[in-house]
Amino acid sequence: MKRRVAPLIPFLVLALVIALAPVPVMAEPTTRHITVTASQFAYNPPVLRVNRGDRIIITLQAADVMHGFYLDGYGINEQVEPGQTRRIEFVADRTGKFRYRCSVSCGPLHPFMIGELVVEPNLTFARAVGLMGLAVAGTFVYLRKNPAAALK
Amino acid sequence: MQNRFELTQYRWVKTMLQWRGFQPTLLLITLFFFVFAMLTGFFGTPAGSHNFAIIFVWIVWWALLIIVMVPFFARLWCTVCPIPAPGEWLQRRAVIRRKPGKLHTLRRRWPRKLRNIWLQNFGFLAMAMFSTIILTRPAVSAWVLLAMILAAVGLSVVYENRIFCRYVCPVGGFIGLYSLTSTLELRVKDAQVCKDHTTKDCVTGNENGYGCPWLVFPGKLERNTCCGLCTACLTTCTQDNIGINLRPFGADLLVEKGRSLDEAFKALIMLACALLYSAVLLGPWGWVKDWANMDTLPHWAVYAVSFIAINLLALPGIFWLTAAATRKLAGLKNVSVKKVFVDVAYSLVPMGLIGWIAFSFSFVFVNGSYALSVLSDPFGWGWNLFGTRNFPWTPFLPDVVAGLQILLLLAGLIYSIVIVYRIIRQRAATDALAWRGALPVAGFLTAVTFTFLRLYLAG
Repeated sequence: MKRRVAPLIPFLVLALVIALAPVPVMAEPTTRHITVTASQFAYNPPVLRVNRGDRIIITLQAADVMHGFYLDGYGINEQVEPGQTRRIEFVADRTGKFRYRCSVSCGPLHPFMIGELVVEPNLTFARAVGLMGLAVAGTFVYLRKNPAAALK
Repeated sequence: MQNRFELTQYRWVKTMLQWRGFQPTLLLITLFFFVFAMLTGFFGTPAGSHNFAIIFVWIVWWALLIIVMVPFFARLWCTVCPIPAPGEWLQRRAVIRRKPGKLHTLRRRWPRKLRNIWLQNFGFLAMAMFSTIILTRPAVSAWVLLAMILAAVGLSVVYENRIFCRYVCPVGGFIGLYSLTSTLELRVKDAQVCKDHTTKDCVTGNENGYGCPWLVFPGKLERNTCCGLCTACLTTCTQDNIGINLRPFGADLLVEKGRSLDEAFKALIMLACALLYSAVLLGPWGWVKDWANMDTLPHWAVYAVSFIAINLLALPGIFWLTAAATRKLAGLKNVSVKKVFVDVAYSLVPMGLIGWIAFSFSFVFVNGSYALSVLSDPFGWGWNLFGTRNFPWTPFLPDVVAGLQILLLLAGLIYSIVIVYRIIRQRAATDALAWRGALPVAGFLTAVTFTFLRLYLAG
């Protein structure tokens, strides 16, 4: 058993490093004013890209019917009616991709009315890709060293 | 058998499964909910998020099916699926009792050319092209459910047994294929006993019950694909030779017998659909949703043609090239590319299943809370049966979804690579050749995993 697992130890150590290593903030935080228009069944712009630490000020408006803006990971939930605007302000202190979704039933495709906030550096994605590469390499090393065990 | 734990060794389990009323009782319960879903679809609010038909069919049922039933209990859904029940009862002129005599049908023979899952592949694709409409419009969902039950009844009138389930049901095709991975199986305890047993009661039926409605001879059953877990054979077997076992995940993926091109395509279609749904339904691109939602007919036509082309040409084409590379690297000169293509396609089964589970997590966790309000007001008419009508939409653990998806996809990738290595090793002369042969398919699987990760985690 020990012999079988031994070749995987470097991969496991590397996996821990990839999963947990802290990454410094590269860009200076700034304040971003963004207007987001909600209409059946999309947001414009569909993707918001910001940097960690940025102060985000969103002016939310609805183009057709009442819409909502629920931001995963930040617990923000606002609603806006056509002709009105809603100001949403927060600091993008969590990195990764966070979906914002309509939280007011607005028509048939309402559950799929989704936009994306990407807070760079997108460490979740980068770490996942790194772990994927390690997983593939580790599996092949294991198969090379333990061909018989893999067949059991 | 190795690594098996027989559940039917417990008398109460066996007695329960052998009781002729077991399946009909479950069927009556699910038939009630099925009819109720149709009624709410036809007569309830058109707002999908407030209608029982949409929330309980496409969120609750779907989540149970793909996250729980298929991976762990094989075709358990087929055991309780109400769609074939009315047709079957009509054939038998009975619900619980075993009536003597033959089944009441026109006794036509199902065409030999259709004794595969190609019809199920095309049926699934046809539904998938309209999925954005079906998943969001209660009335359309209700029509689809009604069409399925009518088709099952119609086929029961013409053909004996469950032809609809075995060869036509668009859902049954992928349940069968993904059941190869399941941790549950129905198998004979000793194949020799079946071989020696001349009357084959499990096929012909006897006073205890009907012959297998799925047209399966349990004595030769080596894979889960065609066994509907109806337990009819458990009732009719006079030799006490049928068992239901727990087993390791993915045990059937290495069974060579029964591998076929229609199933290989099913694996590719399911994988392609999981990727496409992730992009269309969960992506931020409103124009794609509009096209899929038939905002104009030309837009939908372009969407539908692209959808079909990706499913039947692009992904299979790339995988064909992958299989050709595998054939070369593994030194399989005496095996056709088609055979290698079919063989290695079974490594896409766990990958596809995991992809579907990851996709489902994205909307089941987020939209599951609708179930509480719909439970109290299934038609959207303002009822408040259980006092939960005003339960607000509350995404459940949205922060956890990404982590779960990463873990699932990586586990699926590793498992699929091990499976493809083992599949190739069945034909390759040496371990080293199998290892080399696995590289192209691993590349394909890695590209698929990367695409899933990109869709779920990157902007």
